[in-house]
Amino acid sequence: MDVKRRDFLRIAGLGAGLGIGGQAVWEVVKGDDVLASTHREKTEGKRWAMVVETAKCRAHDCTDCITICHKIHNVPHFDDPKREVKWIWRQGFEGAFPDQFNEFLDEDITGGSVPLMCNHCDNPGCVKVCPTGATFKREDGIVVIDMHRCIGCRYCMAGCPYGSRSFNWQDPRKGLDRIDPEYPTRTKGVVEKCTFCSERLAVGKLPACVEACPYKALTFGDLADKGSDVRKALKGVYAIRRKQSLGLGPSIFYIV
Amino acid sequence: MYDAGKVIVGIVLFIGVATAPLWYDTIAGKSAQAPKLAKAADGPCVEPKEWMRANHMELLDHWRDAVVREGEKDYKSSTGKTWEDMKLTGTCLKCHDKARFCDKCHDYEGVKPYCWDCHVVPKKEVR
Repeated sequence: MDVKRRDFLRIAGLGAGLGIGGQAVWEVVKGDDVLASTHREKTEGKRWAMVVETAKCRAHDCTDCITICHKIHNVPHFDDPKREVKWIWRQGFEGAFPDQFNEFLDEDITGGSVPLMCNHCDNPGCVKVCPTGATFKREDGIVVIDMHRCIGCRYCMAGCPYGSRSFNWQDPRKGLDRIDPEYPTRTKGVVEKCTFCSERLAVGKLPACVEACPYKALTFGDLADKGSDVRKALKGVYAIRRKQSLGLGPSIFYIV
Repeated sequence: MYDAGKVIVGIVLFIGVATAPLWYDTIAGKSAQAPKLAKAADGPCVEPKEWMRANHMELLDHWRDAVVREGEKDYKSSTGKTWEDMKLTGTCLKCHDKARFCDKCHDYEGVKPYCWDCHVVPKKEVR
């Protein structure tokens, strides 16, 4: 066969072009989403979420939810704020909702503080940046950390805009008066945060904070279930989420 | 060789001192004694004893992935039995005592598993 150099180059170029562009074209034709989309994966119709009635929290200077959570999960207490470890904490309106803090907001709305915790985002930023896959989103929407795989790089802390994650700068057992044997502690060099009480959900209990709240300010349930407590709690009210313009899809709703 | 006597005596002395720990253990009868493990308080084990002796670390490795990442709870044993609560404190330590079972071999072999950096050893003494 006699192939001229010019023809050979044409055929080779066409072949290379098909090779490079072929897959993208095929994916478009096939109808799959070409963009890498991880956050819309099926969660078997489940997405655990929480609704906070901020009026109740602001009216009472109560920390029962924090106390019980930190107690049963062996969350250490250190006085040095740089070494602080927290799963739930309270913060004022401006700190919690910086992009909703408008001029002339009523003191009735901005006063006091509200409980904050991991938002168990629908599209979690922390999961995307974790280099070892230690932090991941479960089928039911809960974002958890596999402590066995955490290498303590703190990328997830940088990736979380809510400050929900704490790093263990030292042996956490030093900051514990007593250890609850029912739950493991963490070790020096790993990141920890709220788990939506996945260990309690597994045995059919509600998260400890929800159960402990004396004013019933916290409601827990499945967003995917129209009849769930959270969906009922969101009916007829105006609820906001923290920094939702960032697009992470936080699952904690605050009724203001 | 100059000073052959001194050199040879020196070499012999050096070898003697360097290997003293081995001699000492042999004479004291402490060498190569397999650790004696406390018997399990209850039985049977989730898998046959011989298999566990060789593969318990892989089993635990599998368990932690199954529980943490897959959300499983029950372990289906090769013996046909199903064990609920697939975790160290849920099964192993119900029958075994850490100090008198796990640690014995681990200390002997010089392995340092870091399970206990996080997992809490049950207070209740099992046997």
